[in-house]
Amino acid sequence: MSWKPRAFLACLIVGLPALAAADELAPADVKFDDMSVSQPLTSQPGDPENGRKVFANRSLGNCLACHAVKEQIEQLFHGEVGPPLDGAADRWSEGELRAIVADAKEVFSEETVMPGFYSLNVGVDVREDLVGKTILTAQEVEDVVAYLTTLKE
Amino acid sequence: MRNQIIAKAAAVAMTALVPGVAFAGGPVDDELVIDGEIQMITRAAPPEGHPLDEVLSGWLYRTDETRMLETDTFENPGMLEVQDGADLWNTVDGTAGKSCASCHGDAEESMAGVGARFPKWDEASNRPINVELQINKCRTEEMGAEAYKFDAREQKALTAYVKHQSLGTPVAIDLAEGHMQSWWDRGNELYYTRTGQLNLSCASCHEQNNGNYIRADHLSQGNVNGFPTYRLKQASLVSLHNRFRGCIRDTRAEFPAAFSDELMALEVYVTWRGTGLSVETPAVRQ
Repeated sequence: MSWKPRAFLACLIVGLPALAAADELAPADVKFDDMSVSQPLTSQPGDPENGRKVFANRSLGNCLACHAVKEQIEQLFHGEVGPPLDGAADRWSEGELRAIVADAKEVFSEETVMPGFYSLNVGVDVREDLVGKTILTAQEVEDVVAYLTTLKE
Repeated sequence: MRNQIIAKAAAVAMTALVPGVAFAGGPVDDELVIDGEIQMITRAAPPEGHPLDEVLSGWLYRTDETRMLETDTFENPGMLEVQDGADLWNTVDGTAGKSCASCHGDAEESMAGVGARFPKWDEASNRPINVELQINKCRTEEMGAEAYKFDAREQKALTAYVKHQSLGTPVAIDLAEGHMQSWWDRGNELYYTRTGQLNLSCASCHEQNNGNYIRADHLSQGNVNGFPTYRLKQASLVSLHNRFRGCIRDTRAEFPAAFSDELMALEVYVTWRGTGLSVETPAVRQ
């Protein structure tokens, strides 16, 4: 258990309970209503700058593997498996974006190729060290959602 | 007019600045002729019950440079290992004092077309057998030699040499032999089973998304008519079961052992999906 005085102070300043900084929803507790997850997965607001990095990072979100986005034109390879995400924030609300990233199968159908980034509804024979773990952490999902909400045309 | 010019300039700038950004194109419209004389079948009508409209070789999904390497046996970097295989064919090994050639003679005659019909039903082991396991069977039962270990240099080279004798011959396996059909059924089920934390099946990429880029990779139909195949990434021949395991690993799953029942069933099924395509061994891929 590490004591983070700065986080504690920040929480005091914005008037949140000190422990709230560590609060996050477990994957099974994420509530999907009408293709949307309105409740953030963590009490700490998403950081779009970090979300942008998670989006491109091959060992984290690797969202670029399947989706192109002009905003990251400096990245060489953008995939075509999913739709381009330019203007994603014009088409989807924050809650819908959160639902799609957390578990696209809850929004589209079981048939979608898109992995659930905060779901334990996974394939068979999961690599042993990853059993019970999600692809992204709750905070990383919030960061990616925060980044996606900046994609306006 | 002004807008048009700006749009054009932007398009040119994008192409110039980001040459790596991939755009949908699907398979190319090109013909594979090896050494100017062997006309290869890279597009075939699917067998009955096949989910796709046309069976396409992975060659059609590769870059101009990669495709070119396969058109000339001197340029094809996989041919060095095939030549190793030719040497092994004639090398005596084991207590019986035999080489492959002792029984099978000249491979160019005895092995012509043989690789295009594997995997086959093997009555003795009551399961399908592929070229790698057939070679091991000959070694242990006829030559008094040790079976090659999975992905040993000799196994890849000799397998490639045997399959190369079918260069140009259309893939045609016989599902009526023994219990091949039930292994096909099992392979079919595995093909559509999602594995790993990424929750992807073979079909997620190679059926639903062939022709699309997944980051820098242009997804093909995943046909196996070129195996063992020379992969530029690995700078050597890569066996089919090695590639199966690599794909499954990439879904973040535990992967089956080489030549396990699961991967033999998958080999039967995926080989069938490529029915009608010419054997390309050694194919050249990215």
